[in-house]
Amino acid sequence: MNRPDWDIVTGWIGAGARVLDLGCGDGALLRHLIAERSVRGVGMEVDDERVARGVGADLNIVQADLDDGIRDWFGVHSFDYVLVSQTIQAIRHPERLLGEMLDIASEGIVTFPNMGYWRNRWQLGVQGMMPTTKALPNPWYNTPNIHLCTLRDFESLCEGLGIEILDRAVVDKNRRSSPLLRALPNWFGEHAIYRIRKRVV
Amino acid sequence: MSKSTAKNPPIEGTTHQPGSVGLVEPQTAYIDTPLLLDCGRRIEEYDLVYETYGELNERADNAVLICHALSGDHHAAGRHRPEDRKPGWWDTAIGPGKPIDTDRFFVVCVNNLGGCKGSTGPLSENPETGRPFGPDFPILTVRDWVNSQHALMRRLGISRWAAVTGGSLGGMQVMQWAISYPEAVAHAVVIAAAPKLSAQNIAFNEVARQAIITDPDFHDGRYAEQGVIPRRGLMLARMLGHITYLSDDAMRAKFGRELRSGKVQYGFDVEFQVESYLRYQGTSFVDRFDANTYLLMTKALDYFDPAAEADDDLSTALAPATARFLVVSFTSDWRFSPVRSKEIVRALLATGKSVSYAEVEAHQGHDAFLMPIPYYHQVLRGYFDNIARTMTEEGIS
Repeated sequence: MNRPDWDIVTGWIGAGARVLDLGCGDGALLRHLIAERSVRGVGMEVDDERVARGVGADLNIVQADLDDGIRDWFGVHSFDYVLVSQTIQAIRHPERLLGEMLDIASEGIVTFPNMGYWRNRWQLGVQGMMPTTKALPNPWYNTPNIHLCTLRDFESLCEGLGIEILDRAVVDKNRRSSPLLRALPNWFGEHAIYRIRKRVV
Repeated sequence: MSKSTAKNPPIEGTTHQPGSVGLVEPQTAYIDTPLLLDCGRRIEEYDLVYETYGELNERADNAVLICHALSGDHHAAGRHRPEDRKPGWWDTAIGPGKPIDTDRFFVVCVNNLGGCKGSTGPLSENPETGRPFGPDFPILTVRDWVNSQHALMRRLGISRWAAVTGGSLGGMQVMQWAISYPEAVAHAVVIAAAPKLSAQNIAFNEVARQAIITDPDFHDGRYAEQGVIPRRGLMLARMLGHITYLSDDAMRAKFGRELRSGKVQYGFDVEFQVESYLRYQGTSFVDRFDANTYLLMTKALDYFDPAAEADDDLSTALAPATARFLVVSFTSDWRFSPVRSKEIVRALLATGKSVSYAEVEAHQGHDAFLMPIPYYHQVLRGYFDNIARTMTEEGIS
């Protein structure tokens, strides 16, 4: 089962690249990238059950909490790509993680559910309730997603952190792109996928 | 449920046990290839006592070496006699259907050189004097052990271990194997270990050694010739060791401040259950372990520091390794804490080695590595399943 952001992420990653997947879950995306792109991958995950499944699937998994920072684990430029797939919204300090990511890899790939998606706006703006959708299924009181943002929020954070956006893709849950979606991505994109790097000064 | 009596502390979580390897018999390999030691001395010939479980396959590619820790020996699984009260020290993990599955792997565990369970050591006769070596037995390092185990490996007709595995001091031997004999180690499983001892670790070892050496019955290590053993010293060393193997939480859970007789006696006899436990551990150890061996083992621990020969850079030290690694630590282990395992993982990642790391939530302290903690065993099992799968694929292709 592919998640909506996988095809685009896979398309951006070069064959044989060194990839670090932060919050890798049971390593499904890593396995996909190994199969499709022959990457050399490492995953980082905190949850016991997922780590065990990743190790059982013959992947290299490091058990650690992203909230404790990742700079301790890896040297500067030890990877070509660092991925944070559908995880950044659950991190305590996303801004710190973005900085650390781009210390240890030349490029970062970040995917997250877009809080500016029209259904979310409808539920919050018109119905007056915190959105629950397929991308954000948890109720407000019991959700790992503590730092939700829109495309504009993310882009303005990157600007502030001196991060250059190399690519942006926006998809709906069926992984379709449409003229409407291209014209108004912050309204019609359910998932955002960014390729970023440190701005060269 | 009442608190356990100290006499026979139960091992937690042992309710479900798949298979046992059953009755096992130690074997002895006589090796006459001289061993040049790190200290500069030579051992011309020696015996290594070992046990094996499972069958070596035709391609001889399913062998797993288990390296033992400070007070361990070759008896890792099964029982010597049906009436044995306890099985081998890692019986929870080794056996048919267990994480290190003897239906698929040929498991070898060796009593380290310098040991006191049959391999040549301080209790053996020194051919030059006709008396026990005692204190004259050369000081050994982890690398010396690995070199001797390598001689045994060849004797057994094995050219490459599917995995070398060990906890604590055993984990250090695993690292040394991967460094010294990269071609002979496909997978390295390093559990509850450290890349070198901290000053605090060495300090504990030194107190243990002083307890032994200052015992009036030690006789400069020649106690055997006097027909005595330094009981008090060895017992104290073991009691101290045990404190470092358990966590504060584990001690609290196991003993709390429970009194043996229910009320304080205002004296120095055993009153608290924890005292009783430590004394039991200490006295029972005296009957099964040799003081000179204990001294040797603690020295090997102190000296282990593979980075020392690589400008204190662990990555450089580990660079020759071609094995894939699994590193495991336990949250409440303060002897070799997760931070120490993290040093190993970081060094491996820095040189692009293949490594997985699991930090197991456990309250048992350093001893956790011997316990059948479900998540820990799930990771071990998954890892060894992969090794078995790779063997099969290589065999078919």
